[in-house]
Amino acid sequence: MGEPLLGDSRLILGTGGASSLAALEAAIVASGTEMVTVALRRVDAAGPGLLPMLDRLGVRLLPNTAGCYTAADAVKVAHLARDAFETDLVKLEVIGDERTLLPDGVELLRAAERLAGDGFTVLPYTSDDPILARRLADAGCAAVMPAGSPIGSGLGIGNPHHIRLIRQSVDVPVILDAGIGTASDAALAMELGCDAVLLASAVTRAADPARMAAAMRHAVEAGRLAYGAGRIERRHHALASTSDEGRPEL
Amino acid sequence: MTLTVNGEPRQSAARTVADLVGEPRRGVAVAVNGEVVPRRTWADTALRDGDRVEILTAAQGG
Repeated sequence: MGEPLLGDSRLILGTGGASSLAALEAAIVASGTEMVTVALRRVDAAGPGLLPMLDRLGVRLLPNTAGCYTAADAVKVAHLARDAFETDLVKLEVIGDERTLLPDGVELLRAAERLAGDGFTVLPYTSDDPILARRLADAGCAAVMPAGSPIGSGLGIGNPHHIRLIRQSVDVPVILDAGIGTASDAALAMELGCDAVLLASAVTRAADPARMAAAMRHAVEAGRLAYGAGRIERRHHALASTSDEGRPEL
Repeated sequence: MTLTVNGEPRQSAARTVADLVGEPRRGVAVAVNGEVVPRRTWADTALRDGDRVEILTAAQGG
């Protein structure tokens, strides 16, 4: 066994969308993350400097299969990424259509089965369907990563009930991936019982990425603490927090 | 011979993947005609006229 999937930080940062490497670096540092995603692209399009910067910061790489629409393509990209980055980790994305960028569940499960069989630590980007999440966990995935809402939409968690159901229906870590818009979304994910949050655009496309990265760090920590602390029941009427005992008669 | 390297036609005298891409190094992956060519086999993988070569590395994303 390698190191545990999640370290002290429960925030995984996607690197897409940053305006510059310097802005990305500042956001990574401010986020306190220990793991960041990378894509695999043609060398002429990728630009230099990303990998040396990530290595210098000491963060783990989570290669993705972004842009794949079939299981066959995603499996190939995962193998290429393993060869390039010397890691078994893969954020498995098999997209269903361009407009929503939501996962194709059938192709996703097929790819997950193959890659788990090939010894990968598979982290599938999936929909908020509790049944599909269970099938992915049963296929040997190391975690499941349901979308809160479409990638880059910033709409937050569309169906909190399903995220909670997913948490109850699998034994592997649940990582809320995609759709986070601001800090309260990340806190809600953790309060629902997610083990971690993966986000990119909410930070990299914010007006001040490093400040938003710090906000996300605190939100994930706060949500996790609140989840463990056991929130109070919701009530329809007030419950006084100050005792009537000893109240002065004036 | 003519290769297609990252989508562009290119005249090349490279006999192997290593001739074309250089020494195997972390961060770079190669596919030839859609098949993964592991780094340890670059020096032994012959290139032929018409081969499609993809040379890939880390980019921001995800």
